[in-house]
Amino acid sequence: MYRSHVLVCGGTGCTSSGSAKIREKLQEEIDKNGLHDEVQVVKTGCFGLCALGPVMIVYPEGSFYSMVKEEDIPEIVEEHLLKGRIVTRLLYKETVTDNGIKSLNETNFYKKQHRVALRNCGVINPENIDEYIGTDGYQALGKVLTEMTPEQVIQTILDSGLRGRGGGGFPTGMKWKLARNIVPDADQKYVCCNADEGDPGAFMDRSVLEGDPHVVLEAMAIAGYAIGANQGYIYVRAEYPIAIKRLEIAIKQAREYGLLGKNIFDTGFDFDIELRLGAGAFVCGEETALMTSIEGNRGEPRPRPPFPAEKGLYGKPTILNNVETYANVPRIILNGAEWFASMGTEKSKGTKVFALGGKINNTGLVEVPMGTTLREVVEEIGGGIPNGKKFKAAQTGGPSGGCIPSQHFDIPIDYDNLIAIGSMMGSGGLIVMDEDNCMVDIAKFFLEFTVDESCGKCTPCRVGTKRLLEILDKITKGNGTLEDIDKMEELCYYIKANSLCGLGQTAPNPVLSTLKFFRDEYIAHVVDKKCPAGVCKHLLSFEIDPTKCKGCTACARVCPGGAIEGTVKNPHVINKDKCLKCGACIEKCKFGAIVKK
Amino acid sequence: MGSTISSIPFAGTPEQEKQLRDVIAKYKSEKGCLMPILQQAQEIYGYLPIEVQKIIAAETGYPLEKIYGVVTFYAQFSLNPKGKYKISVCLGTACYVKGSGDIYNKLIEKLGIEGGGCTPDGKFSLEACRCIGACGLAPVLTVNDDVYGRLTVDDIDDILAKYN
Repeated sequence: MYRSHVLVCGGTGCTSSGSAKIREKLQEEIDKNGLHDEVQVVKTGCFGLCALGPVMIVYPEGSFYSMVKEEDIPEIVEEHLLKGRIVTRLLYKETVTDNGIKSLNETNFYKKQHRVALRNCGVINPENIDEYIGTDGYQALGKVLTEMTPEQVIQTILDSGLRGRGGGGFPTGMKWKLARNIVPDADQKYVCCNADEGDPGAFMDRSVLEGDPHVVLEAMAIAGYAIGANQGYIYVRAEYPIAIKRLEIAIKQAREYGLLGKNIFDTGFDFDIELRLGAGAFVCGEETALMTSIEGNRGEPRPRPPFPAEKGLYGKPTILNNVETYANVPRIILNGAEWFASMGTEKSKGTKVFALGGKINNTGLVEVPMGTTLREVVEEIGGGIPNGKKFKAAQTGGPSGGCIPSQHFDIPIDYDNLIAIGSMMGSGGLIVMDEDNCMVDIAKFFLEFTVDESCGKCTPCRVGTKRLLEILDKITKGNGTLEDIDKMEELCYYIKANSLCGLGQTAPNPVLSTLKFFRDEYIAHVVDKKCPAGVCKHLLSFEIDPTKCKGCTACARVCPGGAIEGTVKNPHVINKDKCLKCGACIEKCKFGAIVKK
Repeated sequence: MGSTISSIPFAGTPEQEKQLRDVIAKYKSEKGCLMPILQQAQEIYGYLPIEVQKIIAAETGYPLEKIYGVVTFYAQFSLNPKGKYKISVCLGTACYVKGSGDIYNKLIEKLGIEGGGCTPDGKFSLEACRCIGACGLAPVLTVNDDVYGRLTVDDIDDILAKYN
């Protein structure tokens, strides 16, 4: 028995900020102080508060240390672990109160969260199957195999109201039901997991795979039993090395324990899982493209119907669900459909994980009941916008989604509400933008992405997105006209109506939603030839305020174009013909004398 | 996705070819074997020149044009060799709104190469990548396996200096 456990986050965010070295150092110091029989160091998955990484938590006290540096470790070991004195200066500020330390669950970041899919992330060691089993792991699979018929399993998932967490929001139970029944005499069926999390700025699936890989394996086996499949594939991004490694370990351990393989729990049910690595193609998040890619081809989508439930991988009935969807399944089986359906809104049940990013204080991972408002997520959980800036919009749904402006701040987040205001749930990336972000530039950013990632198979998407991007580029360079805006809008609807797959059908959304809510910014670009946020370089002009300029010459020395003229101790002037608009002078000026307009 | 053919001569060794043939032998009877073979071939050679694709075609029986089609489809496969130090700047949304575009442009300027290119001495190659999932540290870039986060344009010189 250990008297103390130190949980160190080993997710990608914290690993990137050096948590592996911290863990080594911690073990070294613990050994040095002769505490190795008393204190155990555990590498866990993501805690969620990535902005404060690297993070660790010491139990039983529950002290949450944030932004820990290697040189802090001896102090933590000697003071806290050896002498029992908590190192207050390293604690997460929010947990320190006048009356002592409050629990992490009472902080603003955590108190409105409700963790179902992320239940084990940051709690267990993902590389140890016993810890997963210790938190009821594989119990749901046991229950399903020994007490339930496949039809009952499907009915439970249907009753729970679980909808696909990858973006589309299709009822999961319906998908399973179709795959079970549509081809009654199928000799082979497949269960696939979409772990090709392609939306830039979304990292919830990665965190589940890194923090709790067994939950996905267990759920896939349950799905296999429900639809009558004995082979599963997880299609995971090659860009997620830690997730891949943990999945490999988890599959190996589950096979050793007889939880994957032949005759699971002596019930005669066989199920095994293999990994397939993606190779960096966003379109492979689309179900038919993903399956084509697993087959070893260019990952191009194909028309539906037939849907994968009828003809999927290798032409066999196949279900494809996303990681977060699977992560909910074992809990639904154990706690019942009513429990799950009691959370959320009328048509969107349960919880949703969001990856908070962009201009927000608490970047990280949060899981909230469906129906939580954007305001609660951004202001309360996310801690608001840094540097006293003003909220402008939240972008959800990645390149398929849209921007939600402040007038919809109080909208309860669920699938249908987001679609109604021209955005979508997507996989759960939630990027916050402030007044310094130009919405035309953001639309252009997403179009650059879709042009790059369009597979080229159908013309509306291949050519249409390219034309959209050209118009946006023209507008950001100050050459746009009002007619361009109308033309662009019209083109958006053509692309949406005529593209083959979800990528093209949703690609114009970033343009349409910014046009809807921020049309004035577009107009400012084409009529006034100004970029109100000061982002689009071609529309900016730099000037020196002669009353503030002290003539220190710092700007003239840094200017790459030699555009700044003036003599020492006299106000300088920018020659607009030579100015490259690089902004180097602004960064160097200590007196705030240079303004961009 | 670099679809132009590299002008740098192919310099594969017999050891590499043996490794490649072992990989092909291991996978070729499996369904959907092409992706894992190409992924491991790129691990062995660092890129997938036409010479390597020809070996794969001969051993697996897939037509060369199919293999070339797959290689050029996926961003992860490269027809060109990468630099000793591979710099990837994340242009995912979270990093972009925090200014990673400026960092990328600064690197293009400093290294004198375009995105996807490699410096003539083979030292640095530069590419943009989509979200490595370290959004909490935005904006980020990676040099091989090292991750640098919470960057500003001013950090670029120090980072490059570490590898020079």
